[in-house]
Amino acid sequence: MNVVQSVDSVALLPAYLAAGTAVLVLITDLLVARPRATIAVAALGALGTAVGSALVGAGAERRTFCVGADCSWIFGGRAALVAVVVALLTVGVLGLSVPALRAGRSPVGEYAFLLACSMTGGVVLGAAGDLITLIVALETLTLPLYVLVGLRRGSLASAEAAVTFFVVSVVATTLTLLGAALLYAVTGGLHLDRLGALLAEQPELRNLPLTTAAVAVLLVGLAFKVAAVPFHAWAPATYDGAPLPVAAYLSTASKLGGLVALLAVVQRALPAEQTGPVLALLAVLTMTVGNLVALRQRRTVRLLAWSSVAQAGYILAPLGALALAAGRTDEARSAAYAAAMAYAVFFVVLELAAFAGVTALRPAGADGGTLDDLRGAARRHPWRAAAFGLALVGLAGLPPGLAGLFAKVTVVRALLDGGAAWLALVVALNAVIGLAYYLRVTAALWAPATTPGPAAALAGGGAPGVPVVGVVAVVLAVATVAAVVLGVAPQLVLDLAAR
Amino acid sequence: MTFGQGLLVAVLAVPALGAVAVAATPRDRAARLVGTVAAALTLLVAVPLVFGGRGWAAWSADAPAVRPWHQLDLPWVPGLELRFHLGVDGISWPLVVLTALLTLLCCAYTMWRVPDGGSGRALVALLLVVEVGILGTFLALDLVLFFLFFEVVLLPMYAIIAGWGGADRRRAARKFALYTLFGSVLLLVGVYVVVAAAGTADLMTLTGGAGMSRGTQLAAFTLLALAFAVKSPLWPLHSWLPDAHTQAPTVGSVVLAGVLLKMGTYGLIRVAVGVAPEGARWAAPVLGVLAVAAILIGSLVCLAQSDVKRLIAYSSVGHMGFVLLGVATLTATGIQAALIGNVAHGVITGLLFFLAGAVKDRTGTGTLAELSGLRETAPRLAGLLAFAAIASLGLPGLAGFWGEAFAVIAAVQVGGPLWTTLGVLAAVGGALTAAYFLRLLRQVTHNRPSPAVGQVGPGLAGAELTAWVPLVLLALAIGLAPTLVLGVAEAPVDALIGVVKP
Repeated sequence: MNVVQSVDSVALLPAYLAAGTAVLVLITDLLVARPRATIAVAALGALGTAVGSALVGAGAERRTFCVGADCSWIFGGRAALVAVVVALLTVGVLGLSVPALRAGRSPVGEYAFLLACSMTGGVVLGAAGDLITLIVALETLTLPLYVLVGLRRGSLASAEAAVTFFVVSVVATTLTLLGAALLYAVTGGLHLDRLGALLAEQPELRNLPLTTAAVAVLLVGLAFKVAAVPFHAWAPATYDGAPLPVAAYLSTASKLGGLVALLAVVQRALPAEQTGPVLALLAVLTMTVGNLVALRQRRTVRLLAWSSVAQAGYILAPLGALALAAGRTDEARSAAYAAAMAYAVFFVVLELAAFAGVTALRPAGADGGTLDDLRGAARRHPWRAAAFGLALVGLAGLPPGLAGLFAKVTVVRALLDGGAAWLALVVALNAVIGLAYYLRVTAALWAPATTPGPAAALAGGGAPGVPVVGVVAVVLAVATVAAVVLGVAPQLVLDLAAR
Repeated sequence: MTFGQGLLVAVLAVPALGAVAVAATPRDRAARLVGTVAAALTLLVAVPLVFGGRGWAAWSADAPAVRPWHQLDLPWVPGLELRFHLGVDGISWPLVVLTALLTLLCCAYTMWRVPDGGSGRALVALLLVVEVGILGTFLALDLVLFFLFFEVVLLPMYAIIAGWGGADRRRAARKFALYTLFGSVLLLVGVYVVVAAAGTADLMTLTGGAGMSRGTQLAAFTLLALAFAVKSPLWPLHSWLPDAHTQAPTVGSVVLAGVLLKMGTYGLIRVAVGVAPEGARWAAPVLGVLAVAAILIGSLVCLAQSDVKRLIAYSSVGHMGFVLLGVATLTATGIQAALIGNVAHGVITGLLFFLAGAVKDRTGTGTLAELSGLRETAPRLAGLLAFAAIASLGLPGLAGFWGEAFAVIAAVQVGGPLWTTLGVLAAVGGALTAAYFLRLLRQVTHNRPSPAVGQVGPGLAGAELTAWVPLVLLALAIGLAPTLVLGVAEAPVDALIGVVKP
């Protein structure tokens, strides 16, 4: 056996670019020591990563680090999509961070470096071909976030959030590792495709109690990362305590990472008969609990946090179709995976736009505040409020937020193609509950401000207007334009997600 | 692109661009004028849709059951089976014209009077967006596109109620939005049940069932009928309607009652019955019973109402009951009755809401107990109110008569103990309708003027007359010459019945 592997560096280019960005940011911060330069390097590096990933992904699938037929690095269509989306989200979050960084709330160099590290994890994650690469990538994505969440100087809530997030996340990682170890004990394989093939060929392995335990533990560990109910309790506290841009990153890139990991093991490694019922149950619980609790929230970021818990339920829902035999045909399975991926992409765009909207409507460096702080915002800042409103309506899945509507349609369609009409009905009814609170936030934007009376609000009175930082406005505008474009041409996402 | 296709696109594009233009015009009055012009242009392009395109006259055996005069079919999202497929035929055209007309009248009315709550500019822009959604629903020949337009209406209408409505507007608006969304998510599931089973979303292919199994058709019909029952609304899913109507501004009520409810009945005829005929045959008795219950309960509740707008709102429940009874019979007569009942209700109830709004604006109250003697102080307004009420209770010679009478006749023609009973009960409901409208008239127009009415001047504003006269004339015209609607609808209804009742 040849010990020296040949390494396909082109396939690894996205990872090189992402990791290089992190290193470059660190060096820039050391040598130039000017916040503007550091942020610019981080943003350019992330953009470069996105471009590089797209270029590599445009070609045929590339594999490297192979042992026989099993490869640890598989850079195909989905990996490219994940890498591009994560890199672009990183750029967006960097833009949203500018006001807070300027206000001196967080150290710029560390902040940008950690964000770039997290991005590296996200870029590697999509291409992971074995369980160890997958878990290490997921940890690379999450680990910097523990620090980022707690990086708001002088904020106790921020420190508390960081500790909560850290403890829960470590437990989740432990569970995931335990699951991977048990699977290795049963099958002797760690490569996802090999695991899948082994479990498919040998039914006696599949029926072992140890396998069931391994599958369950692995899924639970990953469910923590996507904040699926009942493993969600960390999310609202963490989001609310974290700086706004970091909360945006947690609910978009980090959630996407959790989903990609879950998708990878469910699609390629684990037997669908065992994962299907678990995922269906998780999806139903997640969307229902998330929506019901979101109804009672008064703080903007907590509301968005619970809503993103609910959205995770919609993302998982297509995978729930695997619970039924009709949903386990090859065609229905690939439709379900594509639908989950497509929903996730639509969702992160809208969610980023929503967080950009909150950031733009709040003073620089402030937290999300309460819903009352947003009252009457549309009378002071019609454009920003309109963009925020569009994102919220999109998350609710209604026109004019067509991107969100098509996302819901994609999920419902995949479920019905898989014969899971009951789950489609649950998704549909949850959309109604969801509208109740999205509508409350949206209506608050256009409501007259309470305290100074309607006349003063009409005259532009009420709470003082918030000057918007240019970069935040650009991020909000770009995210909104992206949401509108995806609303008119959802086929773009559907095609990419199906690759 | 042919002339007809151009018209189809223009019918949607003119109000959509109009809404953008209104939003972009800085001055309020100029913006309202721009909106009114856009609404007028929409009506101008909607009317000529009736000409030409009768190419299906050959009636070949393999012609589809839906034979649009003009159609436009473009791909949009193949991954979701969504095509931009528009078409117009005799079932949809009267509703398209009605929508364009009522929106124009509402915009013109807004030129004269903007309800409290927000700028008139925003109100006109929202009215135009609502118009796009409603017209799109009537024109869509693709199930998914139909669903899309069905959803477009929801939020603008919510904003109209929540922004310009009465004292309790927020609650009413939220109730409207949640109820209606409940209906449309069922529609979404129903649409994809059909698409998953048939492999296409094209209404022309699907009409007649497209070989779907009985189980699928029953499931699809249940979901679709429930969705449309919320929108129509059919008792017992109607409880959003009285609140929404009472709280909405006058123009909101007119659009809501005049055309928004028609999306439900139109959907029931074109989509639910057309796509799942076996399901329709199976559910027809239930639908019939519910329709008659709606007629009776709506009428009885009206007898006990103390608010003018609320009374008219509940009368809509009764009238839509007649429409649904007509559909439930699944006969050519019944469906014709439903179509003309739809149009008549749109014209008359639109007029009634305009008049009720005028009364409320002048007297500051809508409570029946505080209104009396209107004919003493405002004889012309009282006369118009009497005309609209009498038209609505179904006096022969006015528009309301045909829909109600033929729905009853259709039910009796179907025969059998159930349908005969339903027909008789519906007729009793018709008599109750007369009772509560006469009670309304006695209360509001007769007796000595109440303090609130005493200060009302006799004059009518020019804008008011402009908005009302077309509706009065239409109520007369449809009443005297029902063939205006029935003539164009005859061929498509026969084609539909042909596939529903093999």
